[in-house]
Amino acid sequence: MSTQAVNGSVSRGKVLTLDTMNPNVKKVEYAVRGAIVQRALQIEKELKEGVKKPFTEVIKANIGDAHAMGQKPITFLRQVLALCSYPALLEDNKFPEDAKQRARRILAACGGHSIGAYSASQGIECIRQDVSRYIEKRDGGIPSNPDNIYLSTGASDAIVTMLKLLVCGEGHDRTGVMISIPQYPLYSAALADLAAVQISYYLDEDKCWSLDVTELKRAVTAARQHCNPRVLCIINPGNPTGQVQSRQCIEDVIRFAKEEHLFVMADEVYQDNVYAEGCKFHSFKKVLFEMGPEYSSTVEMASFHSTSKCYMGECGFRGGYMEVINMDPEVKAQLTKLVSVRLCPPVTGQALLDLVVNPPQPDEPSYSMFMKERTEVLAALAEKARLTEKTFNTVPGIICNPVQGAMYTFPRITLPQKCIDTAKEEGLAPDMFYCMRLLEEEGICLVPGSGFGQREGTFHFRMTILPPTEKLKDVLQKIRDFHVRFTKQFS
Amino acid sequence: MSSLEEGDPKLRGTRAPSRMQGQAARSTEESTHEAKKPFQQVIDVSTGDSHRAGMKPVSFVRQVLAACVYPELLDENNLPLDARQRAHKLLGACTGGSVGSYSATAYGIPYVCKSVAEFIMKRDGGVRSNPEDIIFAPGSTKTLLMVLHLMASGEGEHCTAVLTPMPCPHTLPMLLDMAGLILVPYQLMEDRGGAVDLEELHRALETTRGRCSPRAIYISNPGNPTGHVQDRKSIEDVIRFAATEGLVLLADEVYQDSVYGQGKEFLSYKRVLFEMGKEYSETVELISFHSLSSGCMGECGLRGGYMEAVNLDQAVLKYLRGLQASSSPPVFPQLALEVMVNPPKPEDPSYKTYSQNAHRACEFLNDLPGMKCQPAWGGVFIFPRMHLPHQMVEEAKVLGVKADVLYCQMLLEEEGVRLGAGCENGQEDPNYHIRLCVLAPPDTLEEMLARLQAFHLRLLERFP
Repeated sequence: MSTQAVNGSVSRGKVLTLDTMNPNVKKVEYAVRGAIVQRALQIEKELKEGVKKPFTEVIKANIGDAHAMGQKPITFLRQVLALCSYPALLEDNKFPEDAKQRARRILAACGGHSIGAYSASQGIECIRQDVSRYIEKRDGGIPSNPDNIYLSTGASDAIVTMLKLLVCGEGHDRTGVMISIPQYPLYSAALADLAAVQISYYLDEDKCWSLDVTELKRAVTAARQHCNPRVLCIINPGNPTGQVQSRQCIEDVIRFAKEEHLFVMADEVYQDNVYAEGCKFHSFKKVLFEMGPEYSSTVEMASFHSTSKCYMGECGFRGGYMEVINMDPEVKAQLTKLVSVRLCPPVTGQALLDLVVNPPQPDEPSYSMFMKERTEVLAALAEKARLTEKTFNTVPGIICNPVQGAMYTFPRITLPQKCIDTAKEEGLAPDMFYCMRLLEEEGICLVPGSGFGQREGTFHFRMTILPPTEKLKDVLQKIRDFHVRFTKQFS
Repeated sequence: MSSLEEGDPKLRGTRAPSRMQGQAARSTEESTHEAKKPFQQVIDVSTGDSHRAGMKPVSFVRQVLAACVYPELLDENNLPLDARQRAHKLLGACTGGSVGSYSATAYGIPYVCKSVAEFIMKRDGGVRSNPEDIIFAPGSTKTLLMVLHLMASGEGEHCTAVLTPMPCPHTLPMLLDMAGLILVPYQLMEDRGGAVDLEELHRALETTRGRCSPRAIYISNPGNPTGHVQDRKSIEDVIRFAATEGLVLLADEVYQDSVYGQGKEFLSYKRVLFEMGKEYSETVELISFHSLSSGCMGECGLRGGYMEAVNLDQAVLKYLRGLQASSSPPVFPQLALEVMVNPPKPEDPSYKTYSQNAHRACEFLNDLPGMKCQPAWGGVFIFPRMHLPHQMVEEAKVLGVKADVLYCQMLLEEEGVRLGAGCENGQEDPNYHIRLCVLAPPDTLEEMLARLQAFHLRLLERFP
């Protein structure tokens, strides 16, 4: 490591190298912020420097960031956060009384009445109580214990924490975690980082991305040959596919989890984002409890929610929680220990979450504006979901399933053989090659389907439906024209 | 049901926070449960949480944050103009002009990276700082955990080990356990106020032969919890040691703005490194940490910290910068950090409070029988040593706790004062210590000291 050079000075190679660093970290990929985004940022820089391009801006339809695309924050939420940040504003009569009341309550629960004090590592108690009440109300009265609520730094933090807790064993006994294909790459990244075994189960594209228990069974049976399957992850409403699972499907999944002795991780961050007629959000917990004590007292589960999506879109605040159900008390003690190591989640995120689970009520002054803003956001998303599906399905070579929920579309694209061959020569996945071309020619940044997983031989891209309606129409048109051009060019 | 045996053994092996420490700070709601006690309110000085102890946030910072969160305030006169102007500028650095968007990159907001780099350069007398070396995370604990995670590799004698000072920050042993790294202790010299001793570093390193692979040395300056402030020579010694022995240097400098000892000044590891010439400045891998939990801000709950990583292998640095790709750092605290490193006016009078507090507390405690308090020159803690009665130590054994933990538990029960037990700072020797944060309004400090004195004297009567 260190060598005395002839002149007596010390020289050495680096201590921390690709060889000495954590080998698992090298296997982690997260396509949403991957190579195509790096190129998009570079192009933005070039545009700023005055380089001439066939477009004047880069539209970043790669990441589920609503505010970045112009969605407005909800007034009430921001008012309360401003009051919590600078409590002197409580004297300002421009703030409504219900906002002040919420701010005072949150501040009273903070050390020294300041959001700058550490909170308990599981999260501020009265906020956890509010979360429980919200869950009870949402789930028709099924009890929720605040002790089972863990506030977190976004849902991602809670998801990774749970996986850390559950992944163990060596070789044949190494924990296997079932994730859907396609999936949100937080999961595959976390599994790579933890050196867990990824067990892929395929969603059925021909049936609107629905989940089939026979496919789950196939996947877990095959996996038992080489690992110890212990966890089943499901995203509902789905990312990137947008499917909203039927109640029957959720029951089937729960039954399957019980039979196979699996811990269910239900990612429900898009629970308010349901657009399609006939589709409804059913929380995993509610369905579990309505299946009777045989299931509700045995199946182990964690449900996740956050402040980043739905109608709030407050990704930057990193607010979130998980509810754990039927967890072994000793394991729960480990979980509590695990979260205490990072001290506490950001108090502003906790405060924001409190407002989401405790919004203005009909008899409160902010109610009508709050409902108006909330409805507008969700209605706009529903409209854009319909528009997107409709437009893409007019393009020969693009097949788009209905965007039932969430914030994305994941259409299948037909790529000519010549494109596939050229991509191979350049060492790129064919859909990455396609998306890169789209970026260079139209300034639209999407994420190739290979970043989420897809059936062999099929290609997709994920686009968010977040740009404002007029801009989205423009984007859809440009993609349509590009696809036709591209297909012609490579035939 | 998933049982404990099926869980991760590394996690099971993570030392539990002591019952005293459990969480970094309990919520104020708990003190209402203590209504039947002989005291009105719990005074909690066990962690560096100054707001909990009653210190007020810096108004300017909070005004800027309020305007960023609710931009309607930009057009109103009830916030000062300079705060509104700063908020306007910061909002321009946020994607879509909203604090609700994700950070533009996995390592933070580029504009804030730049501000931090400029601050570092100014602080260090012109030594260049590259914005690309700056990475944000929700708190310095997280930044440190990211580095430890990055360094976790090897089995058995190849397992990464970190030279760790004793005493150390009370969360550090848990972090190392969680990251799967071996803690190799080196004793700080208590009779020299917590100074680093080179011989002791060498001795500690010797213990690793054939047992584990030391790849890093951690040090906090100003010292947590000792309050020691290193002089230039001491810093150079540590740098030279890291260079010769092939160790990444992890310099926790969160309390850099809390230096009050006579003739003491804060010198950053980065600055000293670069002033030692190319042989060191171009080779020693140094990662420095700072955060909002600092003495001047005390904004622990906002969860904002950054690290500057110097001389890292470029490929490795890329991985470090990408560690938070799927959960980028929160925006709100980054904006607060920007104001911290770029304040509108020079340091405010609250700094005087800390130095007076530390001095007062030290003097007071030295008057208590069995207490010995080294003068603190910086940081936010004092770490007095206690000689506890033999009978009490025995009673603690019977109860299955360490004696300093028992002391703190009894103090909390009887007087409503929460201190930190020294064993949480890794101190394993029979010299018991307590840890007190001096970041409190002076009258709160006085109240706390009075209650501590009453308890301590009663204790000595109870256990003669």
